[in-house]
Amino acid sequence: MTATQTSRAAEHTAASRAHGHRRRKKGASQRPNWLGGLVGWLWLGVVIIPIYWIVITSLKTQANYYMTNPLVPPADPTLDNYRLVLDLDFPLYFVNSVIVAIGTVIPSVLFSFMAAYAIVRNGGAGRFLRFVNSLFLMGLAIPLQATVIPIYLMIIKLHLYDSLTALILPSVAFAIPLSVLVLANFIRDVPKELFESMRLDGASEWKTLWGLAFPLTRPAVVTVSIYNALQVWNGFLLPLILTQSPDKRTLPLALAAFQGGPYGVNVPAVLASVVLTILPMLILYAFGRRQLLSGLTAGFGK
Amino acid sequence: MSAVTARRTPSAAAPGARGDGVLPWLATPALLVFAAFAVLPLIGVLLLSFTSWDTLGEIRLTGLESWRSVLTDPGLPHALWVTFLIMLLSWAVQTPASILIGVFLAGRQRYRELLAVLYFIPLLLSSAAIAITFKALLDPNFGLGAGLQLDFLNQDWLGEPGLAFGVVIFVVSWQYIPFHSLLYQGGVRQIPRSLYEAAELDGAGRVRMFFSITLPQLKYTIITSSTLMVVGSLTFFDLIFVLTEGGPGDATRALALDMYKRGFQANLMGAACAIGVILVLVGLALALLLRRLGGRDPQASQLEGA
Repeated sequence: MTATQTSRAAEHTAASRAHGHRRRKKGASQRPNWLGGLVGWLWLGVVIIPIYWIVITSLKTQANYYMTNPLVPPADPTLDNYRLVLDLDFPLYFVNSVIVAIGTVIPSVLFSFMAAYAIVRNGGAGRFLRFVNSLFLMGLAIPLQATVIPIYLMIIKLHLYDSLTALILPSVAFAIPLSVLVLANFIRDVPKELFESMRLDGASEWKTLWGLAFPLTRPAVVTVSIYNALQVWNGFLLPLILTQSPDKRTLPLALAAFQGGPYGVNVPAVLASVVLTILPMLILYAFGRRQLLSGLTAGFGK
Repeated sequence: MSAVTARRTPSAAAPGARGDGVLPWLATPALLVFAAFAVLPLIGVLLLSFTSWDTLGEIRLTGLESWRSVLTDPGLPHALWVTFLIMLLSWAVQTPASILIGVFLAGRQRYRELLAVLYFIPLLLSSAAIAITFKALLDPNFGLGAGLQLDFLNQDWLGEPGLAFGVVIFVVSWQYIPFHSLLYQGGVRQIPRSLYEAAELDGAGRVRMFFSITLPQLKYTIITSSTLMVVGSLTFFDLIFVLTEGGPGDATRALALDMYKRGFQANLMGAACAIGVILVLVGLALALLLRRLGGRDPQASQLEGA
């Protein structure tokens, strides 16, 4: 275990050296990549047209939607659809989603950080922590969605059915394996000497954890938090099976219910609700694109 | 009950840890939550598959009855087949496209960075939002085809089994190609430029370089990305649920959806848990198989693969 860790660390430094090396030489000649370019531009259209269509259609009246060319923006854009959606409890669903996201991200990241710290500091010496580490790794390979029925049963037995807490508890558990993996990776990069000097100063592990490791790996913590927030924000299966009342819905479930319900025929209103649910993520994306993208590949593309 | 058994483990094992006895305690909160809401349900899904439970009444131990009903139901091979086809086709569509786009995006031209900003937007959307959008876009009466009066676009996309299946593959690709392109972009940027410079000196063309340098160098990225695609495709639920609900007929009723429908719609929780066990086993088998193919353990490929 220790051997693999050192070799991994060595590989990592080699990789970062290669990284710097490539940077310096980036001016090297490049001939155009026609096929890549063709696929690239084509795919851009495939990605953008539906999104463009969502936005312009959400600004049309229902009557206009049936009559006008779907790809031409409305001559007289209206916000009525947004007004309708906001009157139909979407602010409540929004608040529910925010509560579940925050309620999941804070404990999952704090617990995962503590566990990752323990696993790295333990360095494979203690049997218990080695076991914990392999348990979380196993968790990565298992489709946890397959376990929703026992979760449903447990939530009923705990008298938590149809509550936001019911959504938070399994979401925290599902978020832990990947969070521990990614955070442990980054904690491993903290120079050993720093831990050593903290120890010589008589600092406890608890103090070293929050005073040294946490601040030094803050970018990774942000990355993991964003990744988990996005997963929970977009989660559908847990809200579907663990809640029942309309006032406990989170946004994705509310979207599906809205489309399947009496307002479903009002396509511009449905699309306005789609825009409202993705707006927070778009704003997050606009401000923290790099963090968000590295968050999405966290653990896979470090 | 779960908490009690889980809590006993750390104190028992703590003396085994070297030096500071506080470390195991730091891992305990994460372990407890994970044990209670991931490990216990995992054991539970196996146990419940030997019972009958209709969500309202008692849970009765009925031995192999649920398994017998699931394994003799022609719905199971069908669901397995649908899952396999979705897995295979979505892999075959996404992988070449993601590699090409990833290589394209790895270039450091400014316009490509701008393109990348737009490319990754689908990553932000929930499957529910994506499914709702495409359902409306493909509506035979009021969708894009009808509105633009393009006959080839104006099909009953979600009403014909073959077409609906194609739509699922397309929408899955729409949703996940950005993520995998991102992995490949990262992978390509890790390839040392010196390899290309040497090849260029030897007079190799772009295509030759792609097949002799880029593709082999991306081996571990390909394995990581394929593992994520294949294992991930087992759990496509939200998208299919909102887009087709498994239909038309049972044309897109994949395993995860089959589990949900048996459990929460037909109230056959025992049978649904048997499907859940099958899902877990297939997932584990695929992860192990891909790990064997890759020749590295999944931990390492997670860490350095991309």
